[in-house]
Amino acid sequence: MALRSVRHYPSFFSIAMLCLIILYAPLIVVMVYSFNDSPSITNWGGLSLRWYFDVFTGPEAPRFRAAAWNSLTIAVLAATIATAIATAAALAMLRAGKFKGRSLTFALINLPLMVPEIVIAVATLIFFTMIGFTTGYLTILIAHITFCIPFAYLPIAARLQGIDGSYEAAARDLYATRAQSFWLVLLPLMAPGVISGYLLAFIISLDDFIITNFVKGAGMETLPTAIFGSVKQGIKPNIMAISTLMLGVSILFVTLSYLINRKGRQSP
Amino acid sequence: MNNAIDIRMVTKTYGTVTALKAVSLSIMDNEFFTLLGPSGCGKTTLLRMIAGFEDVTQGDILLFGQNIATLDPNLRPVNTVFQQYALFPHMSVIDNVAFGLKMKGLDLPTRTARAGEMLEMVHLSSFADRLPAQLSGGQQQRVALARALAPQPKVLLLDEPLSALDLKLRQAMRMELKQLQQDTGITFIFVTHDQEEALTMSNRIAVMSAGHVQQIGTPRDIYETPVNRFVADFIGETNLLEVDVASIAGDRAQVILPGGHAITCSTATHDAGRHHLSIRPERLTLVPLGAGMEAVVDQVIYLGTDLQVLVRLDGGTPLQVRIQNAARTQVPAPGSRIGLHLEEGAARLLAD
Repeated sequence: MALRSVRHYPSFFSIAMLCLIILYAPLIVVMVYSFNDSPSITNWGGLSLRWYFDVFTGPEAPRFRAAAWNSLTIAVLAATIATAIATAAALAMLRAGKFKGRSLTFALINLPLMVPEIVIAVATLIFFTMIGFTTGYLTILIAHITFCIPFAYLPIAARLQGIDGSYEAAARDLYATRAQSFWLVLLPLMAPGVISGYLLAFIISLDDFIITNFVKGAGMETLPTAIFGSVKQGIKPNIMAISTLMLGVSILFVTLSYLINRKGRQSP
Repeated sequence: MNNAIDIRMVTKTYGTVTALKAVSLSIMDNEFFTLLGPSGCGKTTLLRMIAGFEDVTQGDILLFGQNIATLDPNLRPVNTVFQQYALFPHMSVIDNVAFGLKMKGLDLPTRTARAGEMLEMVHLSSFADRLPAQLSGGQQQRVALARALAPQPKVLLLDEPLSALDLKLRQAMRMELKQLQQDTGITFIFVTHDQEEALTMSNRIAVMSAGHVQQIGTPRDIYETPVNRFVADFIGETNLLEVDVASIAGDRAQVILPGGHAITCSTATHDAGRHHLSIRPERLTLVPLGAGMEAVVDQVIYLGTDLQVLVRLDGGTPLQVRIQNAARTQVPAPGSRIGLHLEEGAARLLAD
């Protein structure tokens, strides 16, 4: 007798539905109400884009614009630097042979994934205060680079692990220097992992709230902290619009990362 | 005249494991030389050390008299055909073939022309713009060959390049490789565990086992006058019998077969006592009773071109005999008694 598929377990459908609703109902509500014409966040007043215009031109627009610019530049810089470091780390971990403390290094690289974010946030703040580093743009950037590294590392290392060492050997054998073999052969082969890691790091940096909120200092805002500041004074529909926009950007990047990874897996 | 390659007392250790133990051998210019042995014998390690992918723990590797043992792989004028080809998947066939020329700093027209010639040589001109993944295994193999030959290396290293191909293609490629070696005049060092491949293509073969070179010689030497039990057993099929040595004089020995029959054979050892004797199955012939040894037929196995006859000597020692499956061949019946003839000198006494 064939094993029963999980689909035929009792109340499979209702449990699946419950999970989906818990996960996605709040998001759907926010997305739908971002198109609400009414200034109330609970009453439906017809379809409109007024809150989207409000985000870009309303009273809070300058604040959001400055915060968005900070978020974007920090995300680009943090993702770029974290990706470079993660690529170097992956090469050291997977191409340098066995070395003493390899497992320890692996744990250290991935530790930020396991440590509670609030602990990192507090520790980072205390660290910056102790060394007398003025909080602001730079502290946010440094903190973001740090926690982005493991996110960039994972897809890059996964990709590199699947690349046979004979490609680099072949390049060296055909008179390529170490650097040429990296830039002309290994990096193009790693590219799907590197791009995927970059996008992941970018989105993680863009979305971060807890650590940023601790290390940002006075007067400095990123988009998530600006939204939080605005919400503290009461939830207005423009918050729903801006949240929906951020959700759109996140989905776009995660999808891109997924597609690039999948395309990479099809070629060797 | 310089040898193409001189391996001098090369040792390779990984931690506590010794992969190669003080190996010395010389490979002549324009030679098709094969490193043959079972997996783990150190043949690939030796090839990778010549290419520069593995450090030499001890010893020297000379390429036309120049010590290359510590040079980076890109500074050694040798090229490799890899077991899995290792074609760059993101480059077209022609870019793959031209890669080495580009790294050597040749200008675009020169390298395009040379890469084109190479592709013509391996009959793949019409595939120049394809990606490696769009080619069959056999075609990829040819591209790998063209890529490795394009920079005109002094020595070409081939790491079991035929093992990924199916049987028919493998046999065709053997002839093609041999022809290519003769046409280009480049020294080929070929690594394989397939003794048939080694016998059909090589000028000389080094049989390796457990990090040692067991014997170096022409295919005929290796097959007909193996120096020890390992070589006799590894190359081809053979009957290995434990025999008592009656007398040894020069390269001839008198031995007593199990069952009491005395024969004269060539010998690789000069120590009296008990040794192994190798008798190739095709060197035994079935003859009418009365002359020479006698045996009982156990079984006759049909192999197409040949028949394999399993017999037992008086005293119970089993032997296999190969006879041609010709029209006039009389197939012996299992259970019958037959005579066995062994040409003088066709058996070989082995060192252990």
